[in-house]
Amino acid sequence: MKVDAEARQRLSAFLVTHEEPIVRQWTEIAARTLRGRLTNTELTRQVRDVFGALQAVLGADSDGEIAGAESGESRGALAELSRAWARQGFTPSETAGLVFTVKEVVLGLTESGQAELPTTDFLLLSLVVDDMGLFTFETYTKTRESVIADQTEQLLELSTPVVKLWDGVVAVPLVGTLDSARAQVVMEKLLQTLVDTGSAFAIVDITGVPAVDTQVAQHILKTVVAARLMGAECIISGIRPQIAQTVVALGIEFGDIVTKSNLADALLHALRASGVEVVRRASRDKAF
Amino acid sequence: MDRVPVLKIGEILLVSIQIDLDDQTALQLQEDLSDRIVETGAHGVVIDISALEIVDSFIGRMLSTIAAVSRVLDAETVVVGMRPAVAITLVELGLSLNGVRTALNVDKALEILAEAKQVRGVGVLTVRGSDDVPL
Amino acid sequence: MTELEEPQRLPIADDKDVVRVRQAVRVIALAAKLPLVDQTKLVTAASELARNTLIHGGGGHALVGQVHNGRRAGVRAEFVDTGPGIADLDLAFTDGYTTGSGLGLGLSGSRRLVDEFEIVTAAGEGTRITVTKWAR
Repeated sequence: MKVDAEARQRLSAFLVTHEEPIVRQWTEIAARTLRGRLTNTELTRQVRDVFGALQAVLGADSDGEIAGAESGESRGALAELSRAWARQGFTPSETAGLVFTVKEVVLGLTESGQAELPTTDFLLLSLVVDDMGLFTFETYTKTRESVIADQTEQLLELSTPVVKLWDGVVAVPLVGTLDSARAQVVMEKLLQTLVDTGSAFAIVDITGVPAVDTQVAQHILKTVVAARLMGAECIISGIRPQIAQTVVALGIEFGDIVTKSNLADALLHALRASGVEVVRRASRDKAF
Repeated sequence: MDRVPVLKIGEILLVSIQIDLDDQTALQLQEDLSDRIVETGAHGVVIDISALEIVDSFIGRMLSTIAAVSRVLDAETVVVGMRPAVAITLVELGLSLNGVRTALNVDKALEILAEAKQVRGVGVLTVRGSDDVPL
Repeated sequence: MTELEEPQRLPIADDKDVVRVRQAVRVIALAAKLPLVDQTKLVTAASELARNTLIHGGGGHALVGQVHNGRRAGVRAEFVDTGPGIADLDLAFTDGYTTGSGLGLGLSGSRRLVDEFEIVTAAGEGTRITVTKWAR
């Protein structure tokens, strides 16, 4: 967006002249929607920052474009603000609205005769502010996305423990809803543990999993087949009745995969298969 | 041309693939191995693929063929050390390596081969003494 | 469609070239920070497709490089030959179908290993297969 230099200067001068009433009213209007979440001082400071950014965009060297290289400084300040708003939990419209409010303020000033601004200049202001609002909104979305991505990653790391049950037997107790991404992480981690510990048996316990869909069931099946290719046996334990019914209803073939109703049975199966016999010692007390 | 060495340890042939196999080298290995099984009378073959970063359908087929051929020559084949990423990829590719025995490492493969040898009773010849009572 | 950045052009004329394509794809996949499993899947797919180009297409070349889609990085590989082309695509994508001596998993299998798979072919007009794998 190329803007006539003269018009920019006029608009810039207008803003400088009326800075005090604009910032005051802007803060007042913004406070109505954001009441309680920011202190007045904080809000005034942030409004001043946005105002500063607006002036920088209109500044002498700039071409009036917020995304342009010239306005790097104002862009930085705006980006900082919208990141802060995103992390404080502002809604998207609150964030963009905070910027757009300046139009309402200037319109109010001219209508009440406190200030004078030609219509063309007001349109120019409107264009620049729209640009800033869009930029703010974009930064806001990016920040939200990265927050979500970080949380997802942390959750994945937290929720996939692989524990050793016996020499050569490892288990993954799965708790909570399994989505495709998590199932994949679990699968990779389990297989890597088999290599690292030289365990020939792995138990996937899904007692704590409320439901599975086709994709997740497929992931579990693939894990079992992959483990076999590596020379290890995978046992699935703790299948709830509902899940068993879902699996059958979805038409998923478990084939010759070993499934046990609970972890203890699965462990016993693994021990027997690896040549360990579990025997209850006869009580000596009875001999008396 | 690159050649994968085949080592004889006791009654076992050990192949450790340390290079990125091209198709010709894979076919050569297949041939070398069957020659060596006959030559040495080995009863087991261990193929270590822990250094392989990928196994595609060609190498997969080579492994299946080696297992089938050596079975005909009365030797058991065990493939060891497949990496997790390789295993996951093979499953996705739709390759199941039918008829190929696998183990996590060489130690476990040797256990499997020793067991197989016992079951087949290779080298065990029992002469019944006159005192033995037939059951 | 996103553009291939700094593509490397690799000839596919013999067995050794298939290995070279695999290695080039792995280097780029590492640079694009693909997770290990995805690297392995992509390199395996590249190996299958390069072999297809060699055996069914009578040789050709591969173009490999990084692509970007917004903030996401990815790796793209194109396999081009001027061979006989594929007359019946549905048949060619059937698991187990083969005209060569392979297992018939080349096309159908490699499609499962990548995120995007595009094929342009007609009988007598050669084949161009483009595959892309995105970083997670």
